[in-house]
Amino acid sequence: MALRVGCAAPPGRALDNKTGAWRVFKPVFDPETCSRCGMCAMVCPEGCVHETEEGTFEPDLDYCKGCGICEEVCPKKSIRMEKEEK
Amino acid sequence: MAEVEQGCELFSAGHRACGGCGPALAARLLLKATGKNVIIASATGCMEVFSTPYPETAWGVPWIHSLFENVAAVASGIEASLKRQGRSEKVVCIGGDGATFDIGVLCISGAFERGHDITYICYDNEAYMNTGIQRSGATPYGASTTTSPPGACAPGGNPLPKKDMPAILAAHGAPYVATASIAYPNDFVQKVERAINTPGPCYIQVHTPCCTGWGFESGETLAMAKLAIDTGLWVNYEMVDGKVVKAKKVRRKPVEEYLAKQKRFRHLFKPARRDDVIANIQAIADANAERFGIDIKRKESSE
Repeated sequence: MALRVGCAAPPGRALDNKTGAWRVFKPVFDPETCSRCGMCAMVCPEGCVHETEEGTFEPDLDYCKGCGICEEVCPKKSIRMEKEEK
Repeated sequence: MAEVEQGCELFSAGHRACGGCGPALAARLLLKATGKNVIIASATGCMEVFSTPYPETAWGVPWIHSLFENVAAVASGIEASLKRQGRSEKVVCIGGDGATFDIGVLCISGAFERGHDITYICYDNEAYMNTGIQRSGATPYGASTTTSPPGACAPGGNPLPKKDMPAILAAHGAPYVATASIAYPNDFVQKVERAINTPGPCYIQVHTPCCTGWGFESGETLAMAKLAIDTGLWVNYEMVDGKVVKAKKVRRKPVEEYLAKQKRFRHLFKPARRDDVIANIQAIADANAERFGIDIKRKESSE
């Protein structure tokens, strides 16, 4: 029985909203010094840090809000935040 | 399609949480732990508002929102119906500290009393952040919020201590009650896995610092959560059948290190130092350490 009250939205529809536009600082990942621990991908509140084929990581700048948590947790200090010119 | 690129992420990007949001990370980790076979009932609160502005939703699993006060009742109904139909989905409630500590207590108490097989996750950011940082039952002693501002009548800010919600729900006979922190993501994930696989009503309270409400830089969210644990103001512990079985031990730092970094405690340092209030907060941390035995013994200096 289909319930016909309330509002419904298709799963994951929030992806329409490209939150990358909010960013002031952008994370720059250095694959040379990356130890591939994956902490940046684990702690990103957006879930927008992805593993590359080489096993290093890169952010999805369509959604990254530039909060800088990844920079803070990176044990190798191989992420730095850079002011973004738009 | 964007959905395909994001693939395995059940809590998708594009939600409208502030940059550096603790609760958003908790939601992601929660779904990592539960997987797809789950139905989520969400109370009103920050997480509901930022994750589902109609017609968008960040959730990749069945999700229902009703009101602030009745999330546990909604989940009870879902669980009873699934049981009747012989289905295997897990039912998880999510509420903020306002929905859990203040407004929803009646329904939570009822659901725990009836013994529904649900898991209640409280993301504790220590005030009503969604509506503009009002004091809740979870706001710690001494914190400034818009409804507990420091002033002539209450120079220390919030005059009341944090409510001990885990103990209240453990007293209902909950088989598994735990506190967690986003500073230790794997620990939180493991606790959620354990809770959803434990029959009966389980409760997890996860500490999720709010950079906007507490007043610190967005990149410091995890550092702040870790500092809360390191000072003894937040204790990560597990209770099985009402008994504390495990608590995270730390070498404690003075609470001042935690307080001085947040705008909500700024009145304790400026314009004049409030040593009396800071001493009271230190006493709360000392009492926590005593109660849970979290101190790692210092080397042979037991005078």
